[in-house]
Amino acid sequence: MLDNLDLLTLAPVLNVQLLLDGLFIGGIFVLAAYGLALVWGVMNVKNLAQGEYVIMGGYFAWHLGTYGIHPILSLPLVFAIMFAFGWVVYLLVIKWVISRDLFTSLLATFGIALIVQQGLNLAYGPEVRTANSGFGTNVLFGGLVTIADIKIVSFGLCILLAASVIVFMKTSRMGQAIRATAQDARAAKIMGIDTERVYAFTYSLNAAICGAAGVLVSMIWVIQPFYGVPHSIRAFVIVTAAGLGNIPGVIVAGLGLGVAEQYSGFVLGAEFQQATALILLVLVLIWRQIQLAQHRQVVQ
Amino acid sequence: MSQTLIAVDKVSKSFGGVIANHEISLSVTEGRITGLIGPNGSGKTTLFNSIVGYHPIDGGSIKFEGKEISELRVPQIARLGLLRTFQQTRIYSKMDCVRNMLISVPHRNASFGDLFKGYSGEQKDKAENLLEFVGLYQKRHLISGDLSFGQQKLLEFAMALMNEPKVLLLDEPTAGINPTLINGLIDRLKRANEEFGITLFVIEHNMRVIMNLAEHIYCLAHGEMLADGNPDEIQNDQRVVDAYLGAH
Amino acid sequence: MTSDNTLPRSGTLADQGAGGRAAGRRIAVNADNTPWYVYLLLAVFAVGAPFVFPAYTTQIAFLWLMILFALTWDIAGGQMGYNSLGNIFFFGAGMYISAIVQIGLFTDVGAYTSARGGEQLVQDHGDYFYGLVLGTAAAAVGCVVLALLLGRIVFGLRGPYFAIGTLGIALSARELAGTWAWIGGGSGIAMPVYPGQPHEKSVVFYIALFTLAALTFAFLRWLYATRFGLAVNAIRDDEEKAEAMGIHTLRHKQVAWAVAAFFLGMSGAIFGNMTGFVEPLEVAFPTVTFGIFMVVMALLGGKGTLWGPVIGATLFHVVKEVTWTYLLGWQWVALGLLIVVNVVFFQEGIMGWMQRRWPERFGITVDERLSTGGDAGREGTP
Repeated sequence: MLDNLDLLTLAPVLNVQLLLDGLFIGGIFVLAAYGLALVWGVMNVKNLAQGEYVIMGGYFAWHLGTYGIHPILSLPLVFAIMFAFGWVVYLLVIKWVISRDLFTSLLATFGIALIVQQGLNLAYGPEVRTANSGFGTNVLFGGLVTIADIKIVSFGLCILLAASVIVFMKTSRMGQAIRATAQDARAAKIMGIDTERVYAFTYSLNAAICGAAGVLVSMIWVIQPFYGVPHSIRAFVIVTAAGLGNIPGVIVAGLGLGVAEQYSGFVLGAEFQQATALILLVLVLIWRQIQLAQHRQVVQ
Repeated sequence: MSQTLIAVDKVSKSFGGVIANHEISLSVTEGRITGLIGPNGSGKTTLFNSIVGYHPIDGGSIKFEGKEISELRVPQIARLGLLRTFQQTRIYSKMDCVRNMLISVPHRNASFGDLFKGYSGEQKDKAENLLEFVGLYQKRHLISGDLSFGQQKLLEFAMALMNEPKVLLLDEPTAGINPTLINGLIDRLKRANEEFGITLFVIEHNMRVIMNLAEHIYCLAHGEMLADGNPDEIQNDQRVVDAYLGAH
Repeated sequence: MTSDNTLPRSGTLADQGAGGRAAGRRIAVNADNTPWYVYLLLAVFAVGAPFVFPAYTTQIAFLWLMILFALTWDIAGGQMGYNSLGNIFFFGAGMYISAIVQIGLFTDVGAYTSARGGEQLVQDHGDYFYGLVLGTAAAAVGCVVLALLLGRIVFGLRGPYFAIGTLGIALSARELAGTWAWIGGGSGIAMPVYPGQPHEKSVVFYIALFTLAALTFAFLRWLYATRFGLAVNAIRDDEEKAEAMGIHTLRHKQVAWAVAAFFLGMSGAIFGNMTGFVEPLEVAFPTVTFGIFMVVMALLGGKGTLWGPVIGATLFHVVKEVTWTYLLGWQWVALGLLIVVNVVFFQEGIMGWMQRRWPERFGITVDERLSTGGDAGREGTP
């Protein structure tokens, strides 16, 4: 089972491949996790449909690709569509669960996740898809390391997207309103902030970020209607490990998870790659408990 | 007879950089009513939380009946017989009053098998007697969440008595209670102390109440122990007067 | 001051009038007062169904399984407020434990699974039922042990973390079972073949599932009327208060989960044998089907009530069986919609709604005039 471990020491450049692949994919995990932290922190909604939005964005990019639109060009379009979709979901469902207990939002968004993944399955079928970007591949170290151009482009887009969201949150009026609402919704309301609109915007922004992440996933990896769940789990692992409102933590945890998945997939076998996020989730929760037990507190 | 039940020795607690309690020492004597006063933000509730195990303390020691409890957790401390009520009243809001009372029977020596017992007639009687004691007998079958705030406070007090604690820590028992009911409440607190032998340790903002109630009073200000003494001494202590009037 | 600080039994308080009323009686809280004929009707239906509707024996057996699912989920989820998304773990774990025991009793498990179904365990009635009973018992015990061990981990988690953590456990088990070659990995284990006619088999498993569901109901009916029932309700309403009052919260939570695991483990063992084939994704750990059905059914019927899960499971199962095949692939979308509507707009469920509509029938008093009754004129201490 651990045969490949020797390979890593015999051919150290393989580490370069795993590290790079991990970082490229980890950047996308960061986006979805940041979106989750946003809705969790601002409106206390635990969005279990996170991964489904990612996959949904991926399918839109793929679908637009069949009309000859390049996935990179479709990115702003998908961003807008998912933003609108998020707004509709907010009005239909999320609006009613914000002030309710924690499990309500979890289960309601689980229902949404089910609808989205099954809807995608009905629309596109269960085949595994990749949006064709038509970029070449670089070969380094005499064929031991291959890097597709699209992965580099995708990573660049990832950074650009994350940076613009962070700048938006810091400087724009809406960004300030969102941060004010996150700190104290009642105070924000009294100060004249339309919290309803802030919530709707936050949720839509999250859906849009996930959708954009999905476009990147569809270019550098694969999409399939039921591949949303692992993405949701990853987002929860990252946010749980980093804590809410800790952007550097989310970035480190996201990239770290990407690398960890590559390594466990390589060393333990592909079937363990899926389980990595889950096992890490359980471990992170145990670790957080031990940490908090020292403060006579519980994870809540 | 009058031995020290709770001994707090040089307890410090800070949150981030804010020092909430700095080397506080005090003792609660068995069978008496001890008061704790101080302006808002002086660290009274923090001290309560430290005693009942709600958070770890940074330094010092807290002993209950000579046993160090600063490392124990909330339910363990509660089972020793050191109980607290909350400033924001907490009851089981979806159950009726009698059930709220029954679930509050002491769990001190509860064995595993006790999990699956029913309640005895005596326990039900006692629950109803205590509800009568606080004046809620007629409302005993109402869902407790539907009671008024003052009534919920009385219910919480009755639940604490049901638990047969050795010491009861009361966090502002008269806050939010109609002034006309306060006298009745003082009377009940005194009776709980005298008739059931429960030692009381009370945080209170209402000076009239605490001067009436407590035999010994500690005064905190800015997280430090300012003064202690009997009600007369406290009332005439210039430092206490200054603290309350805002002189620094 | 005396050291005895218990309340006087016959002192000042007891003399005030309330004393002696209930002395000597045992008080059952949350007692079930369903009329006897309801139970009789259910029993008649359960016993008669395989004879009257022989073609539907398996469907009705599934109904008993669904009721068991909803009932066991509701112990922690409804009564205690700990909403698990991973209870299906015990169903699958029980299934695998029984499979290992039933096969291990007669042959080498590793060799059997590596033959990948090329080998079939054919037994006579005696051996088969010996294995089945032992396997089911082992599943029950094994799942209780697992619940106690895992409970120590997950019950430090509250609210959404608990739900996510339990979901994580169920999904991890599913992935790990798929990679563990000794228990057949992704290709699964073929269970011993039932040594009789197919119809006989369906009746046997019908009886097994009905008995198990009825036992679960009877056990919970008793359990909720004990101190335990009140304590888990207290944890649901305000766990911090329960801790501050000295209730052994962890102990209660572990027991609640262990009870659920006990019955779920056995149901898994029986279901594995009924299906004849154990495999991690669809049969043992069907997290998004059975795992979510149990939550939906309990919510639909009304969580935190004895009858709610039964009603919810029945309604859900009947509607699902009738409409499922006509929905042509849209059934899962419909399920998602049902979850959303149920959770967002009808969370109290059928029983909750009925309790709100006719509270007095459920012994809930909303008007103080009703509570004074024969005690009119008695005033509390002023």
